[in-house]
Amino acid sequence: MMGITLSERAAQHVTGFLAKRGKGVGLRLGVRTSGCSGMAYKLEFADEALPEDLVFECHGVKVLVDPKSLPYLDGTELDFVREGLNEGFKFKNPNVKDECGCGESFNV
Amino acid sequence: MALLQIAEPGMSTAPHQHRLAVGIDLGTTNSLVATVRNGVPVVLLDEQGRALLPSVVRYAADGKIEVGQTAQAVQARDARNTIVSVKRFMGRGLRDVAHVETMPYDFVASDGMVRLRTVQGVKSPVEISAEILKVLKSRAEASLGGEMAGVVITVPAYFDDAQRQATKDAATLAGLNVYRLLNEPTAAAIAYGLDNAAEGVYAVYDLGGGTFDFSILRLSRGVFEVLATSGDAQLGGDDFDQRVYCWMLDHARISLPSLEDSRRMLAKAREIKESLTYRDEANMLLQLTNRDRIDLMLTREELAGMTRHLVAKTMQPVKKALRDASLKREDVKGVVMVGGATRMPHVQHAVAEFFGMEPLNNLDPDKVVALGAAIQANVLAGNRKTDEDWLLLDVIPLSLGLETMGGLVERVIPRNSTIPAARAQEFTTYKDGQTAMSFHVVQGERELVSDCRSLARFELRGIPPMVAGAARIRVTFQVDADGLLAVSAREQSSGVEAKIEVKPSYGLGQDEIARMLRDGFDHASDDLQARALSEQRVEAGRLIDATEVALAADGDLLSDAERAAVDATVSRLRDLAQGADHCAIKAGVEELNRATTEFAARRMDKSVRQALAGRSVDSLKV
Repeated sequence: MMGITLSERAAQHVTGFLAKRGKGVGLRLGVRTSGCSGMAYKLEFADEALPEDLVFECHGVKVLVDPKSLPYLDGTELDFVREGLNEGFKFKNPNVKDECGCGESFNV
Repeated sequence: MALLQIAEPGMSTAPHQHRLAVGIDLGTTNSLVATVRNGVPVVLLDEQGRALLPSVVRYAADGKIEVGQTAQAVQARDARNTIVSVKRFMGRGLRDVAHVETMPYDFVASDGMVRLRTVQGVKSPVEISAEILKVLKSRAEASLGGEMAGVVITVPAYFDDAQRQATKDAATLAGLNVYRLLNEPTAAAIAYGLDNAAEGVYAVYDLGGGTFDFSILRLSRGVFEVLATSGDAQLGGDDFDQRVYCWMLDHARISLPSLEDSRRMLAKAREIKESLTYRDEANMLLQLTNRDRIDLMLTREELAGMTRHLVAKTMQPVKKALRDASLKREDVKGVVMVGGATRMPHVQHAVAEFFGMEPLNNLDPDKVVALGAAIQANVLAGNRKTDEDWLLLDVIPLSLGLETMGGLVERVIPRNSTIPAARAQEFTTYKDGQTAMSFHVVQGERELVSDCRSLARFELRGIPPMVAGAARIRVTFQVDADGLLAVSAREQSSGVEAKIEVKPSYGLGQDEIARMLRDGFDHASDDLQARALSEQRVEAGRLIDATEVALAADGDLLSDAERAAVDATVSRLRDLAQGADHCAIKAGVEELNRATTEFAARRMDKSVRQALAGRSVDSLKV
């Protein structure tokens, strides 16, 4: 198992967002089945850790992942990028075979 | 490829199902767009990193439409086709617009909203505003990477129905789905999280580029109620620039600067004013077109001194609003600062001194309204859990009602009712056999229709003929979440129905609304008199009609002498009803009632006899 990592830039932004939001223990990553290529990412604030959660810590940010999602995400690095006026998070996921162009759903 | 944002717990959306929502501050001087990203409200910037889009639209001769800084840059050269502060014209007729004669535009006379003739043809304020909204829309779509699900647009609290409708129409024209229009002071309060704060009275002090607005809000059970608004439509940050500019002319001993020099000096004046917010003194270096140099020094104290009267001027509307709301300054729990000009330390001090507390000023005062709108849009888009106590409501600014007989107003929805709201009231017919009824929808606080604003008229036809007072007509007023009104009328027995969406052609001014509210209070006793008079007149008219109908049908039941007595009483009442003494009319009504009592009794007997005629006694046994 390689776990989940955040780029330094992503971690900085997450820390900032959590501080401004005023609550939350960290970030929750997961996958759901849906979307045009089968799987979709879940990226949410976490207000509490669940007993079954796997917890990774990276640049001071806690990342919570449910055990069922981990096989699809293992080795992923979450990055924060800017593209023109748009900015946001990008999953760099080594498990992905093909993506649906939109980057929101994928196949393993 | 889409970039992801962090959602609230459990609120992740399916791919391609992002509920992108923004808040738009469609301002008189500048406009902004904001959104909630990763749980944080942020203002969206353009390619040059600028948040503010000047609310300036230019229709160029080559068919191009320029919006914002590019339009502003050529404003002086092409004033007629470069529309500044179009918000002043929204939902207003030519007569409603102040200082028309000093404006460089070619106004087109029309019955409804004012229109402007440009090199690209005649444009309405709605179309011009839509151009501003289109630019903000494409900025938002580029920033969020997708299409907008919906927007919240802010409007001044004093905007009436016509001005709100015009704003909504502009959004539709720009291809935006409007979740809701939100009052600007309410948006500012939301940005500061006051909707989660202690219940109580809050004030919003909004000193923009060219206008000053002051509002008093009361928060109770998550509802912001606008208690009073006031302001000065001709006072803003630009007046402070102008003061500094005059000071420069004075000290540099320039009497008649060229247009270009004047422009440069005004820009410098603004720059110096802004820099004195962060520094105690600023140096002013400027080269004029004739290569002369201006080299002056201005301190923060001097700036405060030369603009003290402008700050003092804002305090008049503040006091007035407090008076209108019957509140003392100690009743105010917090003051929110809005508008770039509130950055000036001496403005902050004046407000702090007046209210005896430091105002809320840690958010950027240029952005606070847009941020509040974004927070509201995010909730309405469904990006937050609904179990968080987040039902934010607004109220209608002026009462809505119907004209009844005698030019009186029957209030159906009182002012400050929370919206959306729906209220129904039953009305009936006034004359025997009446088959149609016309409705006149009015807005205002006065008792007489002529003192309120007329919003719409419509008719209900096809009422089955019945005796006066037998028809039951249910009139329903519905105000949607944007404060827009729909009225329907339905006759209950036959089900015939008529309805109208109220889209008035142009609206009331801020001063006019304030005046109408004040008049409502000032004239309460006059209005009661007027109401009593009018009610008695209606009653007199009704009784005279009824008596005449009865005389025509059964006049033979009276002797000539009796008939003459009734006729005399009728004509006496008719004369009294022309006068202004409601007590005398009332007495006349009672007199006619007494004079016709015997006649009425005989008519009863007659109809009972007719009903019984030809029937056997058995058929009457039950």
